[in-house]
Amino acid sequence: MVPLTGYLLVGAFLFSAGLYGALARKNAIAVLMSIELMLNAANINLVAFWRYGDTPADLTGQVFAVLIIALAAAEAAVGLALIISVYRERKTVDLDELDLLAG
Amino acid sequence: MPELPPLPTISQLVFTGFALFTCASALGVVLARNLFHGALALVATLFGVAGLYVMLEAEFLAVSQVLVYVGAIATLITFAIMLTRSMMYGKTSPLNRQWGKTGLFAVMIFLALYGFVGSIPWADSAPAVLADESMIAALGVEFVTNYVVAFEVMGLLLLVALVGAVMLARDNN
Amino acid sequence: MQGSTWSDGIVGLLTGLGLPDMLALGIAYGIGAFILVNFGMVSALLLIWITRKAISRMQDRLGPNRLGPYGLFQTVADAAKLISKEIITPSQSDFLAYNAAPILSVFGVLILLAVVPFAPGLVGMDLNVGVLFVVALGSIGVMAALMAGWGSNNKYALLAGFRVVAQLLSYEIPMVLSILTVVLVTGTMSFGRITEFQSLTIGGFNLGIGWLGIMMPAAMLIFFISSLAEAELTPFDLLEAESELIAGFHIEYSGMKFAMFFLAQFVNAWVLSALMAVLFLGGWQGPGVGLPVIGPILGLGYFFIKSYAIYVLQQWVRGTFPRIRIDQMMYFAWKVLVPASVALIVVQAIVQKLPVPDPVIYAFIFLANIGVIWVVVTALQRYIKSATMGTKRSFEPAGLIGTMQKADTYAMY
Repeated sequence: MVPLTGYLLVGAFLFSAGLYGALARKNAIAVLMSIELMLNAANINLVAFWRYGDTPADLTGQVFAVLIIALAAAEAAVGLALIISVYRERKTVDLDELDLLAG
Repeated sequence: MPELPPLPTISQLVFTGFALFTCASALGVVLARNLFHGALALVATLFGVAGLYVMLEAEFLAVSQVLVYVGAIATLITFAIMLTRSMMYGKTSPLNRQWGKTGLFAVMIFLALYGFVGSIPWADSAPAVLADESMIAALGVEFVTNYVVAFEVMGLLLLVALVGAVMLARDNN
Repeated sequence: MQGSTWSDGIVGLLTGLGLPDMLALGIAYGIGAFILVNFGMVSALLLIWITRKAISRMQDRLGPNRLGPYGLFQTVADAAKLISKEIITPSQSDFLAYNAAPILSVFGVLILLAVVPFAPGLVGMDLNVGVLFVVALGSIGVMAALMAGWGSNNKYALLAGFRVVAQLLSYEIPMVLSILTVVLVTGTMSFGRITEFQSLTIGGFNLGIGWLGIMMPAAMLIFFISSLAEAELTPFDLLEAESELIAGFHIEYSGMKFAMFFLAQFVNAWVLSALMAVLFLGGWQGPGVGLPVIGPILGLGYFFIKSYAIYVLQQWVRGTFPRIRIDQMMYFAWKVLVPASVALIVVQAIVQKLPVPDPVIYAFIFLANIGVIWVVVTALQRYIKSATMGTKRSFEPAGLIGTMQKADTYAMY
């Protein structure tokens, strides 16, 4: 049996990588992909805790994971639509150049 | 003579394979200069996570993961990459000014989580789960009883997202 | 996994030799995977031969007839030619995407064979989420097309990749919804149990003709049409359209890499017919499959007869219908098939909750299916009439009929 620590560490790594990508990448789509990584990290944790919990018959962890997957789909659809409409206006999706509101 | 650690079991070997694969492709997502390669790495990561779900005996979740993420989200992302011509073939750096500070921050977060996870004696064995088929049925029952509000709200959210995405992406000209 | 499957014997043998359980299971599954993959590859040769023979007969030709009996070995010769061809890589192609795409497209099809039940107990792995597995892994083909289109560094290939994604994603929805009707009736997502559900036992003898397709003709029709679109066959072959657009996303591929896309396409068409056989025509069910020894052999025979019959039906459609336009393709998926399948599901969900015995429920479902077919056909007729009434062009059928009558009158003299 794999110890729970293994799954939690994979989750932690995915989260940190996603955090780095979300904060350091210039391209808006790359930021969106990094956010997907972070959501996946949370999902791994939820499922791992469900599996290693005392009562696997209680499916709360899986329920939340399914909800997060659905949420990720909605987020990706709206986020990419926003990115495409921004691209149409400004001809760029480089977040450093989208500085209309910066003084 | 110190006692040698026990040989890894097959499930531990498989887990290590999936974990390394997932982490390596996750690094590929955030570090790739070519955004299309980043998207491919994202697909690989999602498959790796699906493999981890299978190891956690959550087959339904693993298949849903592949269905929604790879089938829909990754395809959408690839489309968006191509439509916005945002490939950035190494002309400029893909990273912004704060990448150094952010990198340090991310490494520190990971180290903190590592220390935290390592310091707690988690259970390293798990009770047996329900038999295959009845678990999916039980999951379905959960959605229409205990979590019916969350389920309905999620349906509403998906509808709103659908309409919103169409309105946002529509070309008004 | 069920009680007695093909792998149990191998596992028993290996554990008897003193191997640990996990290793024995791994070896057994390795052997199974090897057999399945090679079956898929080799059957492609037969499938291509069937296609060429069937199409040529419909076009009043003989088809391949030189090599081997009935030209059976023509495909082998073609494969040898493709292997020996030069592999050309376009300049500035994306190395990773260009080379991974053909492998992924074959992988995405062959992996589906793992959950197809060939005979009682003969299934690679009877997953409890088999139906979802098939739908989910189908998306690998979409990714492969996008990768090929992008990696080729050719704008036409990229456009073709977009067309593939648009069509496959659109027709995946009615397909999934029609499968969902089956899942609603049977209450399971495992192909093995869906097949077992379709038995019909009378007097202790399994006739094996309780096929869901009899009860749900509309769902079966929707599945068949979407499977035509998923397999990129005429009338939905506008992705390739050899006569107009030369080819699809694989235009820049040559030699064996092209052959892999080709192979994936043919095996995919057969896998979809096999799935239709399993979901709606009972899979390996047929008279006498319950018998002790010859039952599984009969079952294997029934399965192959059904799946190849549907494959030939696909080729028949392919040889008969003209190609449709891309807007018509989209219209048909989103405004005809999706509403029809959603209506089926809603009706079925209500009917199945009625407090009446099962046969009555099945009768209601049958009536609902007939009703949906009738409504769709009537609405389509009305739409086509109103769409063609407004336009008067020189190439209207009326003009054609006029010339034909003239020719007839000449022929009379």
